[in-house]
Amino acid sequence: MNIDQQKLARFMWRKRINQGSLLLSVGAMIFGVFWLAWILWETIHLGFSGFSVSLFTETTPAPNEPLGTGGLINAMWGSLLMVGMATFIGAPVGILSGIYLAEYKPDGKLAVTIRFINDLLLSAPSIIIGLFIYTLLVVRFRQFSGWAGAAALTLIVIPVVIRTTENMLQLVPARLREAAYALGTPKWKVILRITLTASRAGVLTGILLAVARIAGETAPLIFTALNNQFWKAGLSGPTANLPVTILQYAMSPYQNWQHLAWAGVLMITLAVLGLNILARVLSRTKR
Amino acid sequence: MTNTQTQRPTPNAKLIIRNLNFYYGKFRALHGINLEIPDKGVTAFIGPSGCGKSTLLRTMNRMFELYPDQRAEGEILLDQENLLTSKQDVALIRARIGMVFQMPTPFPMSIFDNIAFGVKLFENLSRIEMEERVEWALKKAALWEEVKDKLTQSGASLSGGQQQRLCIARVIAIKPELLLLDEPCSALDPISTARIEELIAELKKDYTVVIVTHNMQQAARVSDYTAYMYLGNLVEFGATEQIFFKPAKRETEDYITGRFG
Amino acid sequence: MRQNAWTDRAFALMVHGAALLTLAALLGIVLSLFMGAWPAIQEYGFSFFVRNAWDPPREDFGGLVMIYGTLMTSLIALVIAVPVSFGIALFLTELSPRWLKRPLGSMVELLAAVPSIVYGMWGLMVFGPVLAKYVQQPLQSLCAHVPILHTLTQGPPVGIGILSAGIILSIMIIPFIASVMRDVFEVTPPLLKESAYGLGSTTWEVIWKVVLPYTKTGVLGGVMLGLGRALGETMAVTFVIGNMSQLSSISLFEPANSITSALANEFAEAAPGLHQSALIYLGLILFLITFAVLTFSRLLLMRLKGREGKRV
Repeated sequence: MNIDQQKLARFMWRKRINQGSLLLSVGAMIFGVFWLAWILWETIHLGFSGFSVSLFTETTPAPNEPLGTGGLINAMWGSLLMVGMATFIGAPVGILSGIYLAEYKPDGKLAVTIRFINDLLLSAPSIIIGLFIYTLLVVRFRQFSGWAGAAALTLIVIPVVIRTTENMLQLVPARLREAAYALGTPKWKVILRITLTASRAGVLTGILLAVARIAGETAPLIFTALNNQFWKAGLSGPTANLPVTILQYAMSPYQNWQHLAWAGVLMITLAVLGLNILARVLSRTKR
Repeated sequence: MTNTQTQRPTPNAKLIIRNLNFYYGKFRALHGINLEIPDKGVTAFIGPSGCGKSTLLRTMNRMFELYPDQRAEGEILLDQENLLTSKQDVALIRARIGMVFQMPTPFPMSIFDNIAFGVKLFENLSRIEMEERVEWALKKAALWEEVKDKLTQSGASLSGGQQQRLCIARVIAIKPELLLLDEPCSALDPISTARIEELIAELKKDYTVVIVTHNMQQAARVSDYTAYMYLGNLVEFGATEQIFFKPAKRETEDYITGRFG
Repeated sequence: MRQNAWTDRAFALMVHGAALLTLAALLGIVLSLFMGAWPAIQEYGFSFFVRNAWDPPREDFGGLVMIYGTLMTSLIALVIAVPVSFGIALFLTELSPRWLKRPLGSMVELLAAVPSIVYGMWGLMVFGPVLAKYVQQPLQSLCAHVPILHTLTQGPPVGIGILSAGIILSIMIIPFIASVMRDVFEVTPPLLKESAYGLGSTTWEVIWKVVLPYTKTGVLGGVMLGLGRALGETMAVTFVIGNMSQLSSISLFEPANSITSALANEFAEAAPGLHQSALIYLGLILFLITFAVLTFSRLLLMRLKGREGKRV
């Protein structure tokens, strides 16, 4: 061995440090998995204990009623309506803006500004969006309403869809567009029939992720949709929804409400995780 | 040393490879390589892409161990010590064997720190000693005159050829016994390539250099010994002149003269 | 043909309009926040930032407690989440056996999608009591006679307050930061890592001295993403921070308040007037903070990019 003692001693020290830090890294992984497993386990465990048939057939109960009576059907319906409405309006607007950013003057001043603003909207706290809709709609019509809630969710959907649409359109190879233009196809047809069709799986993935994001959003609904303990088919007036119901019930001292809150949280978690898994499968098969 | 298959152009071997097999998962990439790399001089590995020449180089400093499904069996003796089964830590082995890659890989730090990086791993030098060492290594790599006034600038600010010489200087600074060059000029323009080749001619006075190249002319220009490999086999090994002018095997001749194929 | 030209114009107009809508949304948000906050801005001006008062019946408002709560909980969250995320990313890229890589990586990504209300509820009902019993109470008796630590651990050890909110936020943002860090570590060129290994570096040295400097912009982006999440998070904080708008000490165990939880708890019931206006002022401040974080990280990224190839 022609490595002198000093070198070796230094190396042993370095090796010790290496082992120590790698051990810490394993520790970090275990630390992370531990918390997250604990949270998921409690959610599943407590959530399932709150499950019953009445959950899907009855409206929200009064406090202190016996366990197993009352459900969340009105809240589920309200949430479904608001999320559906937000997606129905937000997705097309997001796709159109994404098309503008990717296909019309992508380096223009307006596009650069909009891109920055879109990043800002993506990172804006969702409760601020709620505040905005409150001053815009709730104050104007002097009423909390499901429409206002849906509007707040729409404002969260749009930036997510813009971002993914633009990214997906940029991935479409330029020669595909050129080939279509070479045939004399007008621009709108090239975009709708060629580029958008070529990237439809990616765009759809973006929409699914946006739906997953708003399905669990609570903050922007607290002072827009508010809540409602009765069954209601439409979106006018205060409207029951899962997140705010969960918030209210979880903070309450009543046992039956707390049980329902856990059941509701489990439903939201399953829905959101399901949407995410679906989006991942979709984007993988595309690749 | 009774193995008659071993091809040995010189008795003074720095690195001896015996019955070396290499696997990428289930795929066998090297078939029983036997080779003795002479001390102080340049040995070139040539052959069509995929012939295993880079793979062979990467067994010599056990770089392949970074990837879990790659493994080597056989013997690689550096001064009588089998590197593959050595009890010594792999980091210490790698420090004895310098390696330069296809692309320049300056670390994201200043030119000075790029050179000092490897030295600091093993030696505790004073500021002045370190400055001397950096200057020495840069001079050895024929880069000193070009960078002596901008040692604090990022290594990435240099041109491609300068970056590659920086990488050679970085390796020389830790005073390795063996220098492995894996297609060091493949990303460089002809002028930078010529400078690297001059540098190799200079370095072989002090070091044992092994170079992998896809460029036959380069092998002919810089090397003293040449090994021709094909499909994971060592076809022929000998003095460069002999390989290029009087190849013993038909396959070698076909490849050298361009009738390969 | 002429019909096509007409359709082209109409489509371009539509697309343009949709893009302008984004612009309008942001302007609308800023404008409405300013207008809503105006009465409070007129009343208090910048002194709002340092006033330690929140008394709706007497119409006396100041934002110090909430601003402090927002910043402090986010700080605690970052202090915990950044090193842990770095460790997780290091594990996933360098140490994990191949068969574990995909499942663990997917798990981290999926957990970033879990709605924050889940974290909040878990924090209130499960984690809070555990924290109180096994961490806060022992810590309190341990620190009872140590000067500064004593102040930091005063108050009722009930698992509610700045510390619990910070810890829950950190658990929530770990998946975000870790998955960004893992992504950027993974795109580091293998040759760069091999060069460092080739000189005899250990795994830790390769990561710490080569990969981390090489990926610093991406890593910083991930940390900023996490910070933005933590600052603007409502539900994970509201459940556990205690909703106490007076700050009696700087103890991490005391119930406190944050901007988001003040809004969530009070806004729907606040009477129009100064109370509502003060709350909107808080919202405006929060929006400006997240704006500053985003702009700051953009500028930093631009400067780091500009510096590449120049002085280090």
